[in-house]
Amino acid sequence: MMQRYSGFSLIRHAISRHRGWRRAWRSPELAESYDVLVIGAGGHGLATAYHLARDHGLNSVAVLERGWLGGGNVARNTVTVRSNYLRDESIPFFVRSVAMFEGLTRDLNFNLMHSKRTMIDVVQTYPKLRELRRRQLFMDLHGASYERIGVKELRRRIPALTGGGPESRLPIIAGMVHTDAAVNRHDAVAWAYARAADSRGVEIHENTPVTRLLRSPDGSISGVETARGEVRARKVAVAVSGHTTTLTETAGLKLPLRTINLTAFVSEPVKPLLDVVVNCPDIGVYLSQSDKGELVIGGAPDPGQSFRRDIRQSVFEDTTAALLELFPAFRTLKLLRQWGGHVDIAHDGSPIISTTDVPGLYVTAGWWGGYKAIPAGGMTFAHLVARNEPHPLIAPFGLARFRRLGFVVETGTTTAR
Amino acid sequence: MHLIRCPHCGHRDESEFVYGGPFSGARPDDPGAIQDEAWSNYLTVPDNPVGPVVECWWHANGCGAWVTIARDTATHDIREARDDRG
Amino acid sequence: MTAAERRLASGGGIDRSRPLRFTFDGRPYRGFEGDTLASALLAEGVDIIGRSFKYHRPRGVIGAGVEDPACLVELAGRAASGNQQAATVRLRDGLAATSVNCWPSPELDAAGIIGAFSRLLPAGFYYKTFMWPGWRYYEPWIRRAAGLAAAPATPAEGRFETRHAHADVLVVGAGPAGLSAALAAAGSGARVVLVDDNRVPGGALLNRRLGIGGAPAEEWAAKAGGELAAMDNVTYLCDATAWGYREHNLVLVVQRNPETPDVIERSWKVRARRVVIATGAHERPLVFANNDRPGAMLASAVQAYVNRYAVLPGTTAVVFTNNDSAYGAAADMAAAGIDVAAIVDSRKDVPGAARALVGGTEILAGQVVTEAHGRRRVRSVSAGDPAGGTMRRIACDLLAHSGGWNPVVHLHCQSRGTLRFDDTIAAFVPKDAAQPAAVAGAAAGLPSLGDALADGAAKGAGAAEAAGFRALSRPLPECRDQPYAVEPLWLAVAPGREDRSFLDILNDVTVDDVRLALREGYRSIEHVKRYTTGGMGFDQGKTGNANIIGTVAHVKGIAVPEAGFTTFRPPYVPVAFGAVAGARTGPVVLPFRHTPVTAWNIEQGAVMYEAGGRWRRPGYFPKPGESFQDSVDRECRSVRQRVGVYDGSPLGKFEIKGRDALRLLDLVYTNDFSDLAPGKGRYGLMLTDDGMILDDGVTFRIDEHRYLMTTSTANAETVNRHLERILQVDRRGWDVRITTLTSEWCNATICGPRARDVMKALATDIDIDRDAFPFMHFRSGSVAGLPARVFRVSFTGEVSFEVNVRRRHFRSLWDRVMDAGRRFGIEPVGSEASHVLRTEKGFLSLGHEADGTVDPHDLGMSWIMSRKKADFIGKRAVEIRRSSGEPRRELVGLLPDDPEQAIPEGAPLTPGGSKRASEGLTTACVRSVVNDRWIALALLENGRERIGGTAHARTRTRIIPARIAAPCFHDPEGRLLRG
Repeated sequence: MMQRYSGFSLIRHAISRHRGWRRAWRSPELAESYDVLVIGAGGHGLATAYHLARDHGLNSVAVLERGWLGGGNVARNTVTVRSNYLRDESIPFFVRSVAMFEGLTRDLNFNLMHSKRTMIDVVQTYPKLRELRRRQLFMDLHGASYERIGVKELRRRIPALTGGGPESRLPIIAGMVHTDAAVNRHDAVAWAYARAADSRGVEIHENTPVTRLLRSPDGSISGVETARGEVRARKVAVAVSGHTTTLTETAGLKLPLRTINLTAFVSEPVKPLLDVVVNCPDIGVYLSQSDKGELVIGGAPDPGQSFRRDIRQSVFEDTTAALLELFPAFRTLKLLRQWGGHVDIAHDGSPIISTTDVPGLYVTAGWWGGYKAIPAGGMTFAHLVARNEPHPLIAPFGLARFRRLGFVVETGTTTAR
Repeated sequence: MHLIRCPHCGHRDESEFVYGGPFSGARPDDPGAIQDEAWSNYLTVPDNPVGPVVECWWHANGCGAWVTIARDTATHDIREARDDRG
Repeated sequence: MTAAERRLASGGGIDRSRPLRFTFDGRPYRGFEGDTLASALLAEGVDIIGRSFKYHRPRGVIGAGVEDPACLVELAGRAASGNQQAATVRLRDGLAATSVNCWPSPELDAAGIIGAFSRLLPAGFYYKTFMWPGWRYYEPWIRRAAGLAAAPATPAEGRFETRHAHADVLVVGAGPAGLSAALAAAGSGARVVLVDDNRVPGGALLNRRLGIGGAPAEEWAAKAGGELAAMDNVTYLCDATAWGYREHNLVLVVQRNPETPDVIERSWKVRARRVVIATGAHERPLVFANNDRPGAMLASAVQAYVNRYAVLPGTTAVVFTNNDSAYGAAADMAAAGIDVAAIVDSRKDVPGAARALVGGTEILAGQVVTEAHGRRRVRSVSAGDPAGGTMRRIACDLLAHSGGWNPVVHLHCQSRGTLRFDDTIAAFVPKDAAQPAAVAGAAAGLPSLGDALADGAAKGAGAAEAAGFRALSRPLPECRDQPYAVEPLWLAVAPGREDRSFLDILNDVTVDDVRLALREGYRSIEHVKRYTTGGMGFDQGKTGNANIIGTVAHVKGIAVPEAGFTTFRPPYVPVAFGAVAGARTGPVVLPFRHTPVTAWNIEQGAVMYEAGGRWRRPGYFPKPGESFQDSVDRECRSVRQRVGVYDGSPLGKFEIKGRDALRLLDLVYTNDFSDLAPGKGRYGLMLTDDGMILDDGVTFRIDEHRYLMTTSTANAETVNRHLERILQVDRRGWDVRITTLTSEWCNATICGPRARDVMKALATDIDIDRDAFPFMHFRSGSVAGLPARVFRVSFTGEVSFEVNVRRRHFRSLWDRVMDAGRRFGIEPVGSEASHVLRTEKGFLSLGHEADGTVDPHDLGMSWIMSRKKADFIGKRAVEIRRSSGEPRRELVGLLPDDPEQAIPEGAPLTPGGSKRASEGLTTACVRSVVNDRWIALALLENGRERIGGTAHARTRTRIIPARIAAPCFHDPEGRLLRG
């Protein structure tokens, strides 16, 4: 049974100086075999394990994590949750994911500080405006909201946005408001899923790097080799953003993925000045303010493949210059911390959530900005793994599309990942 | 920020270059002779090693040369710069 | 103690002849040149400078530099900035500072009441509560309570700038090791850049009383610094901090107070062949109850304030230590007149060398300070044997504590160097370098002065040698040092007091918080950090992290190195975003390209648009009283009925020359160019190898091995890159040279039924008769007395002459065209009218119809896919994609049932207009002048078979039925454009 979190329990435990809080998840012994192994205790892996146990009644599920739980991209992203996509294939999935995020704090009994802040796209060119209006009309088909506002209203809602005036290089011409967009606390998402999955019997094994996938003579998956020995399973679900190909290649499987580095940075904490997520696709920067007061800022991914969590100075300078074009007062605001994360991106830029040529091996990859996809990604991936057939929401995202070159292209997707 | 060696200009800052993607050998002369699946793989499945990857960069804000380098994706060391201009 | 008594009458690095006035929270104070804000406030007797982040506990000065975790202030006036560390703010005359995170003042902070409820606010409390009725009811309050200072509201005066430097050897830090390294490297003749965050050289030597070469150490440092500054091959950047260490030995430095008055800060990007990191060490605090009380300070900081700033931070001190360095501090404190009541040393055996420094001062060996007392400032401390026994209260107003020293390994770690735990000094020290760099002196874990000087000299010489220079050996100066030995002490807290024993003083993270995190299963050091927020504040854990790691190890019962450490993320110190962007502000960020008639267009009142490829071009030319639609209609009518002219200069133009030029064209275009005769042009379509449309344009053959290719404006650079890549990477043997002519030649496109009349009126020696100069041909000659190349192509469906002249001639051509065309009713035409005209003709516009998913067949252009050529780029991909037999979206025209009803561009087409996944997309919709109604182009599933049927566009407010038609609404036979 999960120990309930609430204001009352907090007060009750305060009396005993918080000595009575139990562990959020166990540290079980690693068994020799399981029904399903999920590789990667990041957002997607933990959510998948949770849904395997909750929706499909699987009670022999283990999550194997190379380092510490929640230490992948879920630990290093810009927490933007949104569904303003362009294609019929993509929008319904992200609409569902956004909706699931909204109920997640209650579902998992863990305050994710989910804050439906709204995202405003700052539009500075007419081609971008045309693209975003197309997006608006397609999103409407799938129940997602996206409203155009004028420059005056835009500035009223983002008072700190003092650049982009009529005399500037790219004057602001409109805003697009995505009210469904939200931010929340990324570490909490990992911890909440871990705690909920654990309470349903899922085992989470940290510091258990998988070194190789194992196949039986008939070619199907038979388990994995880890630094702590072999573990058997008939189904292995890979959720290791960035390292997907490294792992699948041990089973002789090459995938249409490149690993790239994506960076973000935060400012010093300041008093509230930004109530929405601001995305500036024409100039290439997006930002929001955390509850702690830090501005969380991101831009384009680094050019070239990389397995290094790195800061590329040229990309960082581009993003910063773009930021100051629209927010010139931030020149004397200070950079506090910056970081990188490696993500994988598929050939067409859309996710892969799929069976593979290796029976029993499943992958979820190519998310790059996969944070917003965690709830629906976990739910649909669990469905795929448990039933061996895709959930309707992810049917377009199978690997087969690459063989027939039938891509899902989110052209000109907004900068915000 | 990488320091990339251009065969004409010497070591130059990465900001002078445009990334041109991974390089998996010159484009075959006769794609018609290649099986569908092999061609789809050629187009969509790049090498993605933790280690040296061969890639192209265009010295766009410099002399215009296309440079092919082997860059280590784990360390970012550029181990060799192919230059067969002689 | 009055303010006057706190400042010593002599000594220190301050200039008493230059008094400075400043204000703090509106009250006037005085200090001296050479002071920091922190030293001046200490001298003026200001104890409480701010309040802590969470519990609003009073905070005073703790450190004497970037390691100070507590005292943040906000600066007003020029270069206003929030969250500045008082210990690093150089005092200036007129400086106005205010405290952060407290109201109405640090002494009477209203939110201080939060401290009373601290029991309810343990680590991560917010994850467990605020869930009912919903986080949104709590978030605004939490946000308002967080956040320290306010962000600047207006841009600061002044500017930032960037400089690039190339060094053979970069030395970071001008303490004993750094100076020694710089001297050794510079002596070899290598180009040396020396970076130091102080205004004067010496580093830690400035704070202590050591000797080098028979003189006070700070004198040696001043001399060494002067010697280096005078050398031609040395760039000495003082008051400058190296904050980032990137790949390929790029080190980022921010220089404060540069000599140019209007430069706020200067950013240096130093690319170095070798780097010597000599960044010294930071003292770590000890952990006991109320270790955050004003009056509890790092021993080295007290020493610095006494020696360097001639300030006495208290009258009666207790020194609490686990190592020898605090004895030197105690000696200096006593020498300056502070009464050192006792030295509490957790070690049972205090080395004689340490004892010798403090004469008769009482030493409580094997004892610890468990708690500091006093509400607003330390008034006394409890000390005793940690194993038990009675506690003794010692009255004092200053508690100087030292938990040992941590090498400053930030830059080493940023450069990907590794660490190991050194048991001798109980700290993480650099292990292996990952780039051409070396760590020297205290940063390398060598606490003694003699070692630092020797190590610096060796590393400096080694760096110069590695960079190809010959270092001369230089005798090392004699030095007078103090001993160093340490026994780690992670916790000295009485039971029950751990909830007020702070590990991260800025973020209010206590020992209890870490225990709670571990109890709840947040076992990894990263979990502990994230759950408690320890080390995530403004100072990024410079002083706190080591104790958090030590506490985790202590609680888990493991060795410190097993607990691990968190990533040392850049920047080393907070850096203004302005310094990062440097000179990249305003027009430099996104420079735009313009043609010789940009100014003319603006004079005519054109509404200018971004046109791709960084060009700006006129969208339309409104006349007084006209609506947008009026202007566009008028411009369209001028082309359809009379004549119009538009500036086609931004079009991409490339000359392609060489024996293999035709092979290149046949590879990149889908259609066949082999039978194109000189003087003629052909429309071509380029695909990517994925089989998607890359670009389109007309290419002319000038002579046998010479072609002129035109591309769309937005894709000119992409096409150039594509062609050059083929030639330089894939087909290296081919003899082809490409010359970009985009900005060399400018073009005025004269189009409409009277275009030929305008050409005649311009006077040209080219025979422009339709038979002599047919459609899709080009001629060279003179137009309006200017050398010109004239192309007969048409993007409007009317007779067109594209007159290309040299850029320098273009404005005069343009004026002549307008003059000559006046009697024919010529009008300038913008991109909006151009869009209408091409839509009427169903001509492809890449930004509209090609969205990365369509192939030429979809666009009804199967004729352009050569069957004759064995290969062209994209051929195989289109074949493979089509072999799956999935339905395709095909280009069609749409005629809304209501001719006055427009369809928004981008509107989906759905079956019957229902709210479900689309079957198509409206790519363009314009009001057609020739048809006097709205017309549209669309991509529709199996569209060509459905011509004559009805499709439904769906917007959010209506469903628009429209007849499906062929995608051409004007002169489908193309007679006019050939005319």
